[in-house]
Amino acid sequence: MAEQPSNPLQRPLPSGVVPETVVVRTEERWVAIMGSMLGIMMVIIVITGVTSALHPPSNVEVVDPQTLHLNGEFVESNLGTAFEPDGSVTVRLIAVQFDFVPHCVRVPADTPVRFRLTSADVVHGFLLPITNVNTMVVPGFVAEVRTRFKHAGEYEMPCHEFCGMGHHGMVSHVSVVPKDQFPEQRLLERTSCAAE
Amino acid sequence: MQQSNRLAQAHLWVAFGFFIPAMLLGAWQMWMRSPLPAPLHNHPDLYYASVTMHGTIMAYVLTTFFAMGFGYAVAATSLGRPIRGKTAAWIGFWICLLGTLMAAVTVLSGKASVLYTFYPPLLGSPWYYLGALLLIGGSMIWVVLMSLNMIAWKRDNPGQPVPLAMFATTATAYLWAWAATGVLLELICILIPRAFGWTDLIDAALGRTLFSVTLHGIVYFWLMPAYIAFYTLLPQAAGGRLYSDTMGRLTFIMFLVFSLPVGLHHLLADPEHGSGFKFLQSFLTSLVVLPTLVTVFSISASLEIAGRHRGGRGLLGWVRALPWDQPMVLAAGLSLVMLGLGGFGGIINMSYAMNSMIHNTSWVTAHFHLIFGGAVVIMYFAIAYELWPRINGKPLRSPQLARWQLWLWFWGMIIVTIPWHVTGLMGQPRRIATFDYHISTVAPMAPLVIVSVIGGFILLLSALLMLVILLRSQIGERTLAEPLRYALAVNPPRQVPAPLNGFAMWNAIVAVLMLAAYGYPIGQFFFLKSHRVPAVEVTSQSVSTELRR
Repeated sequence: MAEQPSNPLQRPLPSGVVPETVVVRTEERWVAIMGSMLGIMMVIIVITGVTSALHPPSNVEVVDPQTLHLNGEFVESNLGTAFEPDGSVTVRLIAVQFDFVPHCVRVPADTPVRFRLTSADVVHGFLLPITNVNTMVVPGFVAEVRTRFKHAGEYEMPCHEFCGMGHHGMVSHVSVVPKDQFPEQRLLERTSCAAE
Repeated sequence: MQQSNRLAQAHLWVAFGFFIPAMLLGAWQMWMRSPLPAPLHNHPDLYYASVTMHGTIMAYVLTTFFAMGFGYAVAATSLGRPIRGKTAAWIGFWICLLGTLMAAVTVLSGKASVLYTFYPPLLGSPWYYLGALLLIGGSMIWVVLMSLNMIAWKRDNPGQPVPLAMFATTATAYLWAWAATGVLLELICILIPRAFGWTDLIDAALGRTLFSVTLHGIVYFWLMPAYIAFYTLLPQAAGGRLYSDTMGRLTFIMFLVFSLPVGLHHLLADPEHGSGFKFLQSFLTSLVVLPTLVTVFSISASLEIAGRHRGGRGLLGWVRALPWDQPMVLAAGLSLVMLGLGGFGGIINMSYAMNSMIHNTSWVTAHFHLIFGGAVVIMYFAIAYELWPRINGKPLRSPQLARWQLWLWFWGMIIVTIPWHVTGLMGQPRRIATFDYHISTVAPMAPLVIVSVIGGFILLLSALLMLVILLRSQIGERTLAEPLRYALAVNPPRQVPAPLNGFAMWNAIVAVLMLAAYGYPIGQFFFLKSHRVPAVEVTSQSVSTELRR
């Protein structure tokens, strides 16, 4: 028999220090634990997706970026905040290098708000940091997101996708006004605070 | 063997040679976007060129060259014979290097500031795209060589299990081939023809979707060398044995299968895809946690064997008994901590609903810096420290310095990414050259951003230390170094079933899954009307930072 080194650390570990059956048993237990962890996670994802109204924009609507200004819902006179017959509002915006048009949006608090955006040139992003509004704005498509502002105030809406050398300057504003102070508006009128 | 070593070393030097300037740029970028006065802070155009360079090098150059070099080293050492197809390997090396230089020079000229993710319809110089094509396309030679080497070994050793290290490396190669199809198609069919002016309108949405095919698989391509080290080098360095060879094989198979049909979760906030496929791929993404959970278990068990062999007692006494002075063991411990922290962030990102809170904010930047820059790159260092003596026949100089380097990298990454997670939740968008810290919603982020800058410079220091360690080892005296040894399993496999010894079946499964997950999301663009758009050239002209007011 070959002489073993006196230091046990220099002795190689023999095969089978843990018997095969033990290895298999512990692994089976771990697979069960993993399965339950994954199951819980998936249930949470489904529940939050269904209940929390955090619906990413998935409307797949095409629009021609070259004729936005000529016809359709994104002509200049139709941009800004519009009241719907059901009391909700729709805000239409165009993202261009390097601004959102209109530059400032006014909406009532505590009212369902639907944003409809598209891009006239490259890919932009649209983020309202205090809400669940967060969408990419891809030319050729209309992005639609919904939210409701709980508190009145002035907020920033930065572009969050790299869109060119002036990307850092692309920030517009949203002015949330208490519902009872929101100016009266007829159905076909559009408002914004871009001129203020 | 000498030839295989030279091949591996050339690749690793290119990887780390580009890594250092990319680190310099990264540190400057953090400074630039902070409230502190940075040099050249009036040039946001340089910031975007810098982000393009940093991303291109870290995502394509460092990772691809590292994976290729490590792959050649593993193929030669684990199969115990020189690599077949060395000439092809060298041709691949030069093609990839040429592509890298072509892309780098174009970015430096300021004509390709489109970021490494391209973002059509933004359009940069054709030479940038052509460079990327040569680099990514050239690496396919490596994919073929890994596959051929494994097949040739199996033919010469019928019935024998392919060594786990080689099995895992081949899985990495197939994963990369699948993942790269997206970006290669985007380059060949959309970007390059438009950049040379051969086409007019382009399908930007299709481009984004094709890139998403790459975007998740590529992350696991970056990650695989770290996992290969966890399974095959770490237990050996710790003085133990791998708990289970089978679990190792299953892990790499699961990475191949689960990390591909999930890329649409990068487009959760995109309007060109419906909720059904977004939900499906978000759901499939959660399966990717399985191989990682298996790995955490197997590695802990392997280390426990090592720790107890070294005299560790009690429930957790074995942890203290591990040889933490070994760079490989230390790096793996730190890597797992970062993997855990980053993994939890990632579960938020891939979740269909929760993503809305943090999509495209600093949270995401924090997540992938922690996972890739942290957990993965620290293992690249450890692998380099393990390989260098074997490749050169020269011992690693200054293991003490190596330990410092790894700890600095860990703390640097923690200090960088924890503030980013917080500012992300506060709504700080990504990829912005400069912020106006006077705005009331931005002002509270200022102290956090300053803290992260400090972390950035700690990382830079750590990267420079790594360079010093490798250079010192390179010029050191030649002594006889032990060959690279891979960890043996506790119960070494004598025979493994065919599906655990090859990839034919798994590649077929990937093909079916990809068709199911991406067939419609890609196919729809051929039926949707009028969504093609004109390209917009990215100019190199500077836009004043004052614009932010």
